Amino acid sequence: MSYLEYTVKTTPTGWRKVLYINWPLVILLSAVACVGFLMLYSVAGGRLDTWAEPQMKRFGLGLAAMFVVAMVPIWLWRNLSVLAYLGSLALLVAVELFGTVGMGAQRWIDIGFMRLQPSELMKIALVMVLAAYYDWLPLRKTSHPLWVLMPILLILIPTGLTLIQPDLGTALLLMIGGGLIMFLAGVHWAYFAVVIAAGVGTIFTVFESRGTDWQLLKDYQFRRIDTFLDPSTDPLGAGYHITQAKIAMGSGGWTGRGFMQGTQSRLNFLPEKHTDFIFNTLAEEFGFVGGVSLLVLYVLILLFCIFAALRNRDRFSSLLTLGIGLTFFLYFAVNMSMVMGLAPVVGVPLPMVSYGGSAMLVLMIAFGLVQSAHIHRPR
Amino acid sequence: MRRTPKESSDSWRRISRRALLLGGAQLGFAGMLGLRMHHMQVDQADEFRLLAEENRINIRLIPPSRGRIFDRNGRIVAENTPTYRITIVREDAGDVEDVIAKLSALVELDEDELNRALAEMRRSPPFLPVTVADRVSWDSISRVAVNAPALPGVTPEVGLSRFYPDHGNFAHVVGYVGPVSERDLARYEDPEPVLHIPRFQIGKVGVEAKYEEQLRGKAGAKRVEVNAVGRVMRELDRREGDNGADIQLTIDADLQDYVQARLGHESASCVVMDVEKGDLLAIASAPSFDPNKFVRGISVADYSILRDNDHRPLASKTVQDAYPPGSTFKMVTALAALEAGVLSPDDTVWCPGHLEVGSRRFHCWKRAGHGHLNLEQALQQSCDVFFYDVAMKVGIDRIADVGRRLGLGIAPDVPMSATTSGIMPDKDWKQRERGKSWLIGDTVNASIGQGFVLTSPLQLAIMTARIATGRAVHPRLVKTIDGVETELVGGQELDINPNHLRWVRKGMSSVMNTVRGTGYRSRVVAEGYELAGKSGTAQVRNRVVSNEDVPWIERDHALFVGFGPVHAPRIAVSVVVEHGGGGSSAGAPILRDVALQALYGGTPPLDAYPSSDHDKIKELQERLDRERRERAEQARGRA
Repeated sequence: MSYLEYTVKTTPTGWRKVLYINWPLVILLSAVACVGFLMLYSVAGGRLDTWAEPQMKRFGLGLAAMFVVAMVPIWLWRNLSVLAYLGSLALLVAVELFGTVGMGAQRWIDIGFMRLQPSELMKIALVMVLAAYYDWLPLRKTSHPLWVLMPILLILIPTGLTLIQPDLGTALLLMIGGGLIMFLAGVHWAYFAVVIAAGVGTIFTVFESRGTDWQLLKDYQFRRIDTFLDPSTDPLGAGYHITQAKIAMGSGGWTGRGFMQGTQSRLNFLPEKHTDFIFNTLAEEFGFVGGVSLLVLYVLILLFCIFAALRNRDRFSSLLTLGIGLTFFLYFAVNMSMVMGLAPVVGVPLPMVSYGGSAMLVLMIAFGLVQSAHIHRPR
Repeated sequence: MRRTPKESSDSWRRISRRALLLGGAQLGFAGMLGLRMHHMQVDQADEFRLLAEENRINIRLIPPSRGRIFDRNGRIVAENTPTYRITIVREDAGDVEDVIAKLSALVELDEDELNRALAEMRRSPPFLPVTVADRVSWDSISRVAVNAPALPGVTPEVGLSRFYPDHGNFAHVVGYVGPVSERDLARYEDPEPVLHIPRFQIGKVGVEAKYEEQLRGKAGAKRVEVNAVGRVMRELDRREGDNGADIQLTIDADLQDYVQARLGHESASCVVMDVEKGDLLAIASAPSFDPNKFVRGISVADYSILRDNDHRPLASKTVQDAYPPGSTFKMVTALAALEAGVLSPDDTVWCPGHLEVGSRRFHCWKRAGHGHLNLEQALQQSCDVFFYDVAMKVGIDRIADVGRRLGLGIAPDVPMSATTSGIMPDKDWKQRERGKSWLIGDTVNASIGQGFVLTSPLQLAIMTARIATGRAVHPRLVKTIDGVETELVGGQELDINPNHLRWVRKGMSSVMNTVRGTGYRSRVVAEGYELAGKSGTAQVRNRVVSNEDVPWIERDHALFVGFGPVHAPRIAVSVVVEHGGGGSSAGAPILRDVALQALYGGTPPLDAYPSSDHDKIKELQERLDRERRERAEQARGRA
C-alpha cells in the first residue's frame, strides 16, 4: 500500500499523535542514555560538569528533536529525502574544504554551539534516500542492473568522501549499511555474491598497496589493523590501548568492581575512556551483568525497530525503520567488537552512551523518523 | 505512482522475509558479543584481574636504618646522621630556570650536578622530585626553608648517612660504608631489592662489611597505587621493615684513642687483648685515615695521597700484615723443646756468639757471645745460639705443632677484612709450597722467628695471651649484637704442660724485671702492675751496618709482646713498629705505656714508672693528652 491509497482519516492528527508514539522505544532510548550519564559521571571521577551534564543537555535536545520529527508526517520526510541526501553531501564536501582537523582527520564543522560531523548526518540521509529510492522504484526493476547501479552510486559517493577525511569506520558503516538496505529491498542475491567477492579482492589489494606510492590507507590505519591482528607486537605503543581495554573489561568479572571503583579507567590506563572505550568502563565497574544488560537494551531497541518495520505496510517506512535499526546495530556491534578486541580500532562510538554531540543528536533525529513512520503508518 | 495490491503485498513479504533473516543475523551477532563478554569476564577474569593489579600496584621499598656501632662502654663509634638535600618537582616549580636562579642565590649549586639534574628532569615525569643539591649544610637548608614561598616545587629533604664521629681511630676496625657498586651486586646471587635503592649504603670493609646483614636490617615495603603515568595516587598498605641491629664492640674506645695517639706517625700496629675472654680492647693500626671520606665517595686526589703514602694508612696492619716475629718467637721454640723433653729449665747452653751448622755459621745478635745460659737467661737476654741449639734437637715439626697450638699459622676468626693466617712452616709446608725439602738451616732460622715464619700482630697477641693463661684464648671483637652477648669461643686448657708455661713466663718476666733483661729499661715499678714480655727484631734486609745508617724502608721491624700484671695476667699486648729498629728500644716503651693505660683504665700515675723516666713520661703524657684533646675538638668541629 502506498500513502495515496490509505485514508488519511485513520491517521491520527494533531496532539492525538502523541498517544501513538512508540513509548517503549522512548523509554529504552532513555534507559541507554542514562547508562551513558552514569558512566560519564564515573569516568570523570565523580564530576557531573565534565561530561555527564553536557551529555544530558544534548540528550534533552535530542529528545525534543525526536518528538518534533515524529510529529511531521512520514510522507513529508520521504519527499525531503533527496534534499537531505544532497545537503549532507554538500556538508561532506564543505568539511573537506573548511573542516576542523582533529585526530589526524577532517571531520568536523564548528557551527557555534556544537561541532557538526557531516558523516553522521549522512548515515541517516543515505538510509532515507535509499528507502525513498526503493519506494519509488517499481518492484520488478529492483534487480535490473541499471537500477542497481543507481543506489550503488548513492552509497559510494559519500563513502568515498568520508574515506578521504579519512574516517575508515564511518566509511565502512555507510557502505555496509547501504548495502544491507539494498539487500532488504530485495536486490538479487547474485549482486551480493559479486560484491563480497569484490570486497575480499579489495582487502587483498589494500594490503598489497602498503608501502607503495598508491597506498590506499594511512599508515595509522594500517598500524591499527596490525595491532588488531596481534596486539602483543606493540604492547606499549598502539597495542597498549587495546591491551589495556581488554584488561579493563576482563578484570570486571561477574559483577564488576563497583561503581567508580574501576582501576583501569580511574587511573587512566584505559584510553579514550569517555568516548570509544566507555563500554570497557561499564564492563569493569559493573562486570558481565552490566555489560550484558546494556547489550540487551540495545537488542531490544533493534527488535522494536524490526517489529515496527514488519507491522508497517508502507514500503518507505518499513525500509527506513529497518535501515535505521540496522545503522544503530552497526554502531554498537562495531564498537563492542572493537573494544573487546574482535575488530580493529576504527573510531566508532557506542551509540547513546559515548560522549559526543552530533552522533547522539543524529541518532535521536533518526529515531524521530522511526516514530513518525510508526505514527503515520497505514492502518 | 500506484501499485497493485499484489505488488504491494509481494514487496512487503520480501521485506519481511529478508528483514527476519537479517534480524536473525543481528541477534546472532549480539549473542556472539555476549559470549565473548562471558569468555573475557568470567572465564579469563582472574588473569585480567591480575594484569589490572600489576598495572596499578607498585611496591616501594622503605630502606631500614642501619644499626649503630658502640664501644664496650657504650661510646658511639658509627652512627647515622641526617643529611640534607634539595629537590625540585618540575610540575610544581612552573618556571624551573627561574626557580633555580633564585635557589642559586641562596645555596651554592654545583654546575655539574645541576646539569645532571636538569637532564634528569627532562627525562622523568613532571611529578617526580629531582635532587639538585646533595649534602647541603644545615644553614643552606634553613635559608631554603625560610624562603619556601618564593621557591615553588623546591623541597628540602632529609636522609640518613653513616658518620664516624672518631674519624680515624676506628677506621681499620669498623671499616666504612659506601654506595652499592656493580661489583657488590655481582657478589650476591640474588641481591636484595633494597640494594638497588639509589644512594643506599652498604659496608665495604671491616665490621661494617662482616656484619653487613645484621647492621642492614630488613627493608620495609609499601604498596602504592599508581596511575598510567606512574603518579602515586595513594598508599594501599605498608609493612614496616626491621632496622639494623646495633653492634657493641669489645674495643675500649678511650684505650683505642690512646693507642692510636701513642703510635702517632709511626707505621705501626698494636693489639691489646683481655686474656680472660679474649676481648680485643684495642686494635690499632697507624697511620689511619678518615673513613667519612669514603662514605661520601673519596676524590681521586685524596685517594692517591692515601695510596701512595709509604706508611700505608689504608692497610689494617694488625690483621692483614704478617711480619717475621723475630725473637718473640723464642717462647714457641722453648715450649716445643720443653714439651719434647729435650730441654729442662736447668740445662745450659754455651753461646760463643755463633753456631756452626754444617758449613754455615749462624750468628748470635751479640757477636761476643753470652757464655753459659739456662732457659730463663736465654729468654732474658734473647740469646740466639741457645735457641739454635734446642731447635736442632727438637726439630721443626714439633716447633710448628706448638706454634699452631698457640695460634700461629691460623687465621684468627675476627670480623675484620683481609685477615692473614701468617705462616707457621714445617717440612710438609715447604715441600708443598716451595717444592723443596726442609733443611736444618731452615730450622735454625725459624727458631728465632726468622726465615719462613710470619705472624700478624694479632696472632702475636693471641700467642702471648695463651702463654699467659695456659688456655686457648680466642679473640673476640664483637661483644653484643642487638643486645645479645656473642658466644665466647675456646678458653679450654691448652695441651701444654703448665709447668713448662710457668718456666717460659718466668723468662719473660726476667726480660722486663731483671737488670740484664732486654726490656728492663721499659719496666714498671708499681707493685702489682709489673709486666712480662719479650722483644723481637725482625730483619728486613741482611746487613751489617746499624739501623741509623740505612734508609727508613730498610730498617728492622721492632716487635714487642707482653702481658701483665705478671702474677695475675689480665691483658696481653703486642706492638709492631715497622722499620722502628730494635724491639726493646722502639717496641717496649709503647707496650709499657699501652699496657699501663689499659691496666689503670686511664692515665697511669707517674709512680708506676722508674723515677729516672718521670720527666720524659710526664712530657709524653701531656703531649698525648693535648693531641687527643685537639683531635677530639677537630672531630667535633667537622661533625
